[in-house]
Amino acid sequence: MTAIEQTVLTLDPEEAGRVRQERLERIGRWVLPLAIMILAIWLWDRVCVWNEIPKYILPRPGVVLQTLYDDAGLLFSSLLVTLRITFLSLVLAVIGGVGLAVLFAQSKWVEMSFFPFAIVLQVTPIVAIFPLINIYVNNQTVKLLLCAWIVAFFPILSNTTLGLNSVDRNLRDMFKLNGATRWQQLRYLRLPAAMPYFLGGLKIAGGLSLIGAVVAEFVAGAQGQSSGLASRIIEAGYRLNAPRLFAALILISLTGILIFLVLSLVSHLVLRRWHESALKQER
Amino acid sequence: MAQAPMTASGESPMLLALRHVGKVFSNGVTALSDVDLTIREGDFLSLLGPSGCGKSTALRLIAGLSTPTSGVLDWRGSIDRANIGFVFQEPTLLPWANVFDNVWLPLRLKGISRAKAAPAVTEMLARVHLTGFENAVPRELSGGMKMRVSIARAMVTKPRILLMDEPFAALDEITRFKLNNDLLELWQDERFTVVFVTHSVFESVFLSNRVVVMAARPGRVHAELAIDAAYPRDEVFRTSPDYAALCRQASDILVNAINTSAGPHHDGH
Repeated sequence: MTAIEQTVLTLDPEEAGRVRQERLERIGRWVLPLAIMILAIWLWDRVCVWNEIPKYILPRPGVVLQTLYDDAGLLFSSLLVTLRITFLSLVLAVIGGVGLAVLFAQSKWVEMSFFPFAIVLQVTPIVAIFPLINIYVNNQTVKLLLCAWIVAFFPILSNTTLGLNSVDRNLRDMFKLNGATRWQQLRYLRLPAAMPYFLGGLKIAGGLSLIGAVVAEFVAGAQGQSSGLASRIIEAGYRLNAPRLFAALILISLTGILIFLVLSLVSHLVLRRWHESALKQER
Repeated sequence: MAQAPMTASGESPMLLALRHVGKVFSNGVTALSDVDLTIREGDFLSLLGPSGCGKSTALRLIAGLSTPTSGVLDWRGSIDRANIGFVFQEPTLLPWANVFDNVWLPLRLKGISRAKAAPAVTEMLARVHLTGFENAVPRELSGGMKMRVSIARAMVTKPRILLMDEPFAALDEITRFKLNNDLLELWQDERFTVVFVTHSVFESVFLSNRVVVMAARPGRVHAELAIDAAYPRDEVFRTSPDYAALCRQASDILVNAINTSAGPHHDGH
């Protein structure tokens, strides 16, 4: 609704109420979580003061912030290491997940034969697999990548497979009528139709690749072979350096949120013109 | 009242004959049984009947999307799929592609570039009154406009035969009338052959020169009615006593066909 319309329209009480409600909801969506967050931080700070909790058990928020600033060099260089593994594994998960999904889409038989193995890989906890990887793979980066990839690729594979198989039957007939080749059907019909499903999988995989990278570093870091954020956390744990532990934790959380927001934005930009999920609700 | 099949006046050469065509699905349902039907060049032929009479199945057989269990489809001369246009019950557009790209698609699949296809696409869009909507995506269009895009896409390859499967069933009456008029205009200009599946007596009589009434269980041709009224047909024809009489005649045949259909249920296709 434009401003011009609003000045011309005289709204009845019901419509005016609805407009007011919408405006409140729009503001509330941002203000409420922020207010709760600030309140929680304030309470955290108070609890530390009231109970005189030492900072190696629970540091005050201000101390954590100060650590984040003081140790910025160390923490951010570690963050970069973790981010590199995260993004590389996400890229590999996209290539592997989409590639396998396209392969599965070529024939029901291929899908029936190989999909169960993908599930096995997915349901086995990565922490349990890592010792094996540690034996077979020498290169540190490859080790971590493999770990994060195993965690991240499944949602992309399973979503893209679902998308490639959910093409409207009439559209498939239409392509057949026009003598489309297999490749044309994939390129012009099945891949675009799978896009919303793929992007949904990508959003999940983005978070999982970070988790995969951190978990892999944890397992590897326990052996003193990693320099990522996880190893900073382990290190800080050993030294009872709780402020740095919290700072690293906050950095990981923020990175996860950022990854999710960026992927949501990508998804929105790609789908905004045609897909239901990206459309604004109209009344 | 059993109506003897009549032939339309003004014989033109045969395009396609269905001879003793039958289709039995793997679940044992006989969709079509011993269908004999001759489609002539330039016909506007409607298949009219209750649900389950196999009219959509017949259309899919003609399109080559399905093969008959018995009988043959006898095309005059050679026809490949490029000569067949198909309009589905729903617009069946690519939701991510704009109007231009949707209409371009059949040509694109034949390896014709966007630039080479542009004149044909632009002309077709003009013919269905969608000039200026090239860049709109389907969700931005009304139901009627989507159907126009669907028709433009089917016609852009200049097919010899256009198959339409209840294309206007989901539209409101005002839009349907308008699309009926525009379709007739297009058909009169180009004189392609149309096979039009519908369950609306009024629509079939308004559009066609031949109405073939089908009966269900098993699907078969019940009777044929020639609609001899002259073209162009417009709103004057739609409100004329002649039209009303023809509709009554077609309706009587349809009621008769429904009564001869075995079984009490008329659901599903």
